[in-house]
Amino acid sequence: MPSTRTPAAAAPPQGAAAPRLSYQPVARLWRHRWPLLFIAPFFVLFAVFFLYPVGFSLWLGLHSTRGLARSEFVGFGNFELLFRDPLFWGSMANAVILFLIYVPLMTVLAIVLASVLNAGFLRLQGLWRALIFLPHITSMVAAGYTFRLLLERDSGYVNAALSFFGVSPIPWLDDQWWARISLGLLMIWAWLGYNTVIMLAGLQTIPRELVEAAKVDGAGRFQALIRITVPLLKPVIVFAVTLSVIGTFSMFAEPFVLTRGGPARATETPVMQIFSTTFEELRYGYAAAMSFVYFAVVVGVTIVQLAFMTRGDDR
Amino acid sequence: MTSLPAAHRSRSEWPLKAIAYAAMVAVSAFAVFPFIWMLVSSFKPFGEIFAGRSFLPQQPTIDNYVRLFEQSDALLKIWNSLFIATVYTGSALLLCALGGYAFAKFQFPGRRLLFALMLATMTIPFAVVMIPLFILMRNVFDWIDTPWPLIVPTAANAFGIYFMRQYLQSLPDEMLDAARVDGASELAIFFRIVLPTSIPALASLGIIFFMARWNDFLWPLAVLRSDEVRTVPLMLIALQGPPGRTAYDVLMAGSVVSVVPMLLLFLFLQRYLVAGVTTGAVKG
Repeated sequence: MPSTRTPAAAAPPQGAAAPRLSYQPVARLWRHRWPLLFIAPFFVLFAVFFLYPVGFSLWLGLHSTRGLARSEFVGFGNFELLFRDPLFWGSMANAVILFLIYVPLMTVLAIVLASVLNAGFLRLQGLWRALIFLPHITSMVAAGYTFRLLLERDSGYVNAALSFFGVSPIPWLDDQWWARISLGLLMIWAWLGYNTVIMLAGLQTIPRELVEAAKVDGAGRFQALIRITVPLLKPVIVFAVTLSVIGTFSMFAEPFVLTRGGPARATETPVMQIFSTTFEELRYGYAAAMSFVYFAVVVGVTIVQLAFMTRGDDR
Repeated sequence: MTSLPAAHRSRSEWPLKAIAYAAMVAVSAFAVFPFIWMLVSSFKPFGEIFAGRSFLPQQPTIDNYVRLFEQSDALLKIWNSLFIATVYTGSALLLCALGGYAFAKFQFPGRRLLFALMLATMTIPFAVVMIPLFILMRNVFDWIDTPWPLIVPTAANAFGIYFMRQYLQSLPDEMLDAARVDGASELAIFFRIVLPTSIPALASLGIIFFMARWNDFLWPLAVLRSDEVRTVPLMLIALQGPPGRTAYDVLMAGSVVSVVPMLLLFLFLQRYLVAGVTTGAVKG
């Protein structure tokens, strides 16, 4: 880190004192007391509200519980049960399906919108960006109810509008696949603007001359986008998709409100499973085991996604 | 841009421009329409919402808002949300600025390791610790039905510290050293030099923190059990009513109430919010 230097005042007052301090850990800590004090809150809170609970969770995961009063050591019993739990793996499959429904489409749309916003000729750039970004500031509970109202089969405005074009009513929330699509629609609505703004910030770091040079060499706008812009934007795209992976697996409020996980559990997500196992069934031990497996899956999927997206990169 | 003759360019590009503007209008309409629907529906009587055929209210009424504030004590819920969001934002900004300052401007043993460790914690989904954290809050701290579980655990958080570090790295060392030579204490330097120069970064981070707490749902749902301590999103869930007869009238009024403060924040602080969400994405 060449950008940071030892501040003068924090250096030992006498040069001769330095070697002695190296085997006096307390003196060494004392010399660095200010920065250590400044970062202490994070590490103290992390220890109390993360490390300790996770340790406790390990204990929980190895016990069968009904509430906490009666708990019984079951070894890996919870995990064995979990690996055969169709509801849990069903929710994992739902997350993957949802990801495939909305993330590719949303990411491509975000890149295209950002390129349009970044094009020199577009007027009112700030206004468009603000409008597209607006959903990101909304409570997903409020948005979920509004979408539910709009998508009601018999009284929703969307079907009313579609019937104007002769489309027969679509069971947006009453059919397993339509419910997933509706949830994907809500996710695109909520996150498209955020992704666009991120992509736009990435585009603004790409020198315009590079793209212009390609066009002078005879590349069309579309070709320049695919051949020049997208490869240069790749780190930002990878970042955005990684966030989408983690975001999809952590989805809770949206399906909780829009579809309540239904119909027939088609939109139930892993976090909804963990939540209901904890707070409705009160099976803490089983839910703790579930959160460990859930975490392992999220890490695994993220690694696979990163490997997939960065394959062939030299660096 | 200048390499092609202007006439040729404008002729070949006008369809492209038309498509670009059409796309912007379409996407903006998609983004804004649910807000408009929320607003118009909140002024419709229940029967009219369920008839679902009219766009504007035929018999506009403020009855939904009256019931929202009288029956579910919306003012109290707004206060609860405001309290949590404000106290959290204030304390988190202070602690994250301190941490970011230490990582940006000090050399100390284990700095790189601690920083890497901290960054690694950023990718852990909250659901992983939710259960043991809930039990900790209930059995050890006795914090169920209090705002503290929503404020304390993440007050000093990895994202905020990382964010402040990125910003403070460009703070000139000479400024800090000069203050030290003048005999200023480290705390005085932090409060008199570091914090005042960080105001743009603090504004970005502050609006992100505030919005995150205001819209927070999963963890409040777990730890806020009694009606009188609930936040605005939890109030909406409680308003829902039985399946098949969702109380959309009051719900839409409540949704408007939950969105308006964020809209106002966005209107005045948009620049900071956009700067905030793009940090980390570009050259992270």
